[in-house]
Amino acid sequence: MNKFWIVLAQTYWSRFKSKSFLITTALILLLILGLANIQTIIDMFSGEEEPDKIAVIDDSNNVYQALIENIANADVQIELSEYKGTVEEAESEVQEGNYQALLHITTGEDNLPEASFHTNEISSSQLTYQLENNLQQIKVAMATSDAGIDQATVEEIYSPVPFETVMIENESGQEAKTEEELNNARGLVYIMLFLLYFAVITYGNMIAMDIANEKSSRVMEILISSSSPVSQMFAKIIGIALLGLTQFGLFSIIGYTIIQQKKDEMVGGFFEYFGLSDVAISTFVYAIIFFLLGYLLYATLSAMLGSLVSRIEDVQQLMMPVIFLIVIAFMIAMFGLNMPDSKLVTITSFIPFFTPMLMFMRVGMLDVPFWEIGLSIFIMIVSITILGFIGAKVYRGGVLMYGRATSLKDFKKALQLSKKE
Amino acid sequence: MTLQLTNVTKKFGSVAAVDQLTIEIPEKQIFGFLGANGAGKTTTFRMILGLLDETSGDISWDGKPIDYSRSNYIGYLPEERGLYPKLKVKDQIVYLGRLRGMKKNDILSELKVWLERFKVPDYLDKKIEELSKGNQQKIQFISAVIHQPKLLILDEPFSGLDPVNVEMLKQAVVDLKNQGTSIVFSSHRMEHVEELCEHLCIMQQGKPIVHGALKEIKRSFGKKNLFIHADFDLSYIQDVPGVIGFKNIPEGCKLVIENEETSQKVFTAIQGKGFVRKFELEEPSLNDIFIEKAGESYE
Repeated sequence: MNKFWIVLAQTYWSRFKSKSFLITTALILLLILGLANIQTIIDMFSGEEEPDKIAVIDDSNNVYQALIENIANADVQIELSEYKGTVEEAESEVQEGNYQALLHITTGEDNLPEASFHTNEISSSQLTYQLENNLQQIKVAMATSDAGIDQATVEEIYSPVPFETVMIENESGQEAKTEEELNNARGLVYIMLFLLYFAVITYGNMIAMDIANEKSSRVMEILISSSSPVSQMFAKIIGIALLGLTQFGLFSIIGYTIIQQKKDEMVGGFFEYFGLSDVAISTFVYAIIFFLLGYLLYATLSAMLGSLVSRIEDVQQLMMPVIFLIVIAFMIAMFGLNMPDSKLVTITSFIPFFTPMLMFMRVGMLDVPFWEIGLSIFIMIVSITILGFIGAKVYRGGVLMYGRATSLKDFKKALQLSKKE
Repeated sequence: MTLQLTNVTKKFGSVAAVDQLTIEIPEKQIFGFLGANGAGKTTTFRMILGLLDETSGDISWDGKPIDYSRSNYIGYLPEERGLYPKLKVKDQIVYLGRLRGMKKNDILSELKVWLERFKVPDYLDKKIEELSKGNQQKIQFISAVIHQPKLLILDEPFSGLDPVNVEMLKQAVVDLKNQGTSIVFSSHRMEHVEELCEHLCIMQQGKPIVHGALKEIKRSFGKKNLFIHADFDLSYIQDVPGVIGFKNIPEGCKLVIENEETSQKVFTAIQGKGFVRKFELEEPSLNDIFIEKAGESYE
């Protein structure tokens, strides 16, 4: 047991002190900082821009004033100025660059405003949209007042219809999840999917690389003569897991600090979308359980595959199936976010390689009977045990095997090496 | 603490890498394993260390099978050299030493002694990849012996070293033996085995073809070498009964004779024929025995 800890510590520290780890961590921290301050950064750049100068020729006489008022009320970067010349003169001024564009307002047959927008560059669709929108409002106001309808009636017409979803209680007295809860869960599922995807690919690769590295440098034979390969394999898996926790922990602390500082700014934005404000504790607990189980399953698989190769270059090739599995799980999960109760999701959520993503999604978004959750966790634990057992066998034989290992045949050979004939 | 192998067989598929090997490796001595590549030496070592399970037969050390509970008493220098290329010598040995149950401080003080002894004291903070192959091998050797093992297994310890370093390592091996370590080592260099081992085993295709104490093996082999330096043509000696081999050398000839008595017959045959400068009877070298038994030649 003592040697288990020595291998674990070595795995952890040698990775922790490596340049690649420090650089990756620093880069991701920078990314987090950047994302957190994205609004400030965008403002910093757009703040320097001057407002768009628009020349307005108003042949209707009364629209220009209303437009000025509307634009002033709306918080947009548009500067209007009335132009007292012909359309041709104004157009040439636009060409010279004195104005961004020309807005020509006229009156149609029904005495309502019409407009044309003259420009020499299709730059900002937002600009035309805002102008059009404001003119639309003015037109509606004019048309309704012409027709003798007062403002209150107009507002009433445009107000949305009240629409409410009511959940019917089921026999056990539990309510189905409300839309709000569903959104909350969706946010957490999203995060979980990405984390698991990231963790499996990054740390799975690290484990396989570590083992392949020890094999290719041939230090492995000394190692396995000092301590049992099985305990080494699990020491590596857990060592890298701790490394991952360190990295994630670091990200969370930084992320949390930023959120605390920017709480006011962020209300209503990101958090409302992901709905992290009030998620049930049980969902968090399941998130952790499924994450750990998922990591263990994929890490064991990676360790097993890593022990088969003898050159670092072959690691990628052998890791392909693992990456395929996680990508497939990811795809089903993405599809399932919109219809978590589909048959496909239900069935695949019991397949161990997909369980961590899909069963968690179902738990978060539906009311899954407890026996189903229990069963899926049980299946996962059993498959981790089986995979750990086979993995240990393959590892024991695989680490003594050199040469090109890329096929199933090598897998069998490794199993054979580790047992008595 | 004798190491006893009884009817040990290891099969890979239908091929027997080691076939019915029975040897006893005495305590506090140096035991040599000889054999060509693929003779089963490394497989035997791996079975002794418990890295591979024997297909049949039994291996015991001090009456019990070797497992990881006793790995702290065992040192191993694998044939495939390997250390972490990116780690410093210090970190490397500390890690490997701790895996053999040593404390960090003891490892560091031991390591300094060994580096001093191998005349490379300034390698403590160097990365392995910066060292030459020969020097990497010294570090590897240190990693195998730093915990003062009771049983030391050296797989081809001297291959790839220059003569000065070979001497240095040989001396270290002998000193370890004198301090009470039982050493098993393999080589395909006969002279190393001849020089160091009290007991040996020559393996061919998994089978021990010669096995026992070195002196015993030589005596029972019977055949001897006879060197004659003379001024006249010696080729007629080939016809003397008991002469098995004849080879002309610039100063005369080298004979292989069946037994000691034959030398007397040869002596009689050359008497009075001319001037003889040298007439020397020599014990067979291990190389001769090996070539005879294995029917193959080695460098």
